[in-house]
Amino acid sequence: MASKIELVGLSFYYGNFMALKNVNMGIEAKAITALIGPSGCGKSTLLRTMNRINELINGTRLEGKVLIDEQNIYDARTDVMELREKVGMVFQRPNCFPLSVYDNVSYGPKVHGMKEKTQLDTIVEKSLKATWLWDELKDKLKRSALSLSLDHQQRLCIARVLALGSEIILLDEPCSALDPITTLRIEKLLLELKNNYTIVIVTHNMQQAARVSDYSGYMLLGELIEFDQTSTIFTNPKDKRTEDYITGRFG
Amino acid sequence: MKPKFIEQIVKKMLLAGTGLTILILIFIIFYVLKNGLAVIDLEFLLSSPKELGRTGGIFPCIIGTIILPLVAIVIATPLGVGTAIYLTEYTREGRWTRIIRFGTECLAGVPSIIFGLFGFVLFVVYLGFGWSILSGGLTLAFMILPTIIRTAEESIKSVPFSYREVSFSLGGTKWQTITKVVLPGALPGIVTGVILSIGKSVGETASVIFTAGSSLLIPTSLFDSSRTMAVHFYLLAREGISMENAYGTAAILIIIILLINSVAYWLMHRFMAKFL
Repeated sequence: MASKIELVGLSFYYGNFMALKNVNMGIEAKAITALIGPSGCGKSTLLRTMNRINELINGTRLEGKVLIDEQNIYDARTDVMELREKVGMVFQRPNCFPLSVYDNVSYGPKVHGMKEKTQLDTIVEKSLKATWLWDELKDKLKRSALSLSLDHQQRLCIARVLALGSEIILLDEPCSALDPITTLRIEKLLLELKNNYTIVIVTHNMQQAARVSDYSGYMLLGELIEFDQTSTIFTNPKDKRTEDYITGRFG
Repeated sequence: MKPKFIEQIVKKMLLAGTGLTILILIFIIFYVLKNGLAVIDLEFLLSSPKELGRTGGIFPCIIGTIILPLVAIVIATPLGVGTAIYLTEYTREGRWTRIIRFGTECLAGVPSIIFGLFGFVLFVVYLGFGWSILSGGLTLAFMILPTIIRTAEESIKSVPFSYREVSFSLGGTKWQTITKVVLPGALPGIVTGVILSIGKSVGETASVIFTAGSSLLIPTSLFDSSRTMAVHFYLLAREGISMENAYGTAAILIIIILLINSVAYWLMHRFMAKFL
């Protein structure tokens, strides 16, 4: 079976700087794939090629292909807005809009043309329930999202992606601004979400990768050094460099 | 001299400078109000001038002072905010944007009498609008454009990039991102710029006298001539018609401008508090 996301000979440049070097990997559907490696190794850049959000930065260039459901998303005929509806993203810091809880969650469906109030209500409720926010927030839907705790804000950002109806969720170090207890809660949420979504998570926290992911890729200086099942990466890495990083001798 | 001694002198000089600035402001306000408040009553505000303004009130001038800046704002705001959106969101910083920005800065530096002449030649004579609210409003609109563009640009830029990034990541188009996220965030700043522009156009004389004329009748259409309070003050004082009524007009003008600036200041503070 073909992978949900297939990266083929992927290289990426910021100006003359080569941030990704010929990366090849296949990401399985309905599983959690973690990208680990030291800062600046290109793991975030790699994640950002999967919804073409990297294109917001001037002077970048991409070689190779990113296939999602066997379609190259860098084809000229790809509708980028539709692509981003299918591939949602959660960022490092909770970045709720300075709008109400309701308007944050319904933002995605609205920009894609949904107008019906009852339909939007249903989606907001479903998304908040899926992120375990409904009970706490159902009476505070009109409140500014910025007044919530960081934990709630980050889960709201996940709910906002779920409301899009995405199939794939990309998370760029989603817990780096959160405390350990909150982090565990988000991880538990991800484990539940993987039954329905394909999840790719960038993390600098190796324990986190070990706890939540099914597959792990270790990156170094823009190269994908090793990519395998997480248990294999952590217990029996084939590459010396991976072993050095895992055992904490480096990074 | 010892550094400590210099420090003392500098501190005193700076304090004196600041004090002088405040003092001048207080003096102007006090002087105008002292001379003007005496003639101001409801009659003065609500009746038309008689004998060219020697007696009677200033009602038509109040109407003119409201309507002329209003026309200017209605024309200049969409134009200015549109330009600001284009410069910040649709172009990449480069030679082209620098030229446009330089152009608008130059526009800000043009003396108002030149604007008056330009408005007279283009709107009053060439386009045949005559001395009218339309000619005056259009001329004022071009005068306040730089302020509106500059403040709108600054406040659009101050909306965090992360908001745009999320909006795009959720599949929003550029225009959706601008209307749903960027403009609401920039709104207080834009409004501040608009209010400052109103203040500027309320006090404008030279350009208005050339383009809107100085009719003392209550205007009934955009093609009627009208006299603003600033122009009224100028004519009353210049022609020696009535110094008392000139000061009365000036007092009301100053109160209005103080009010406008206070609102702008208050909005600006709310705006800062939100993003810092």
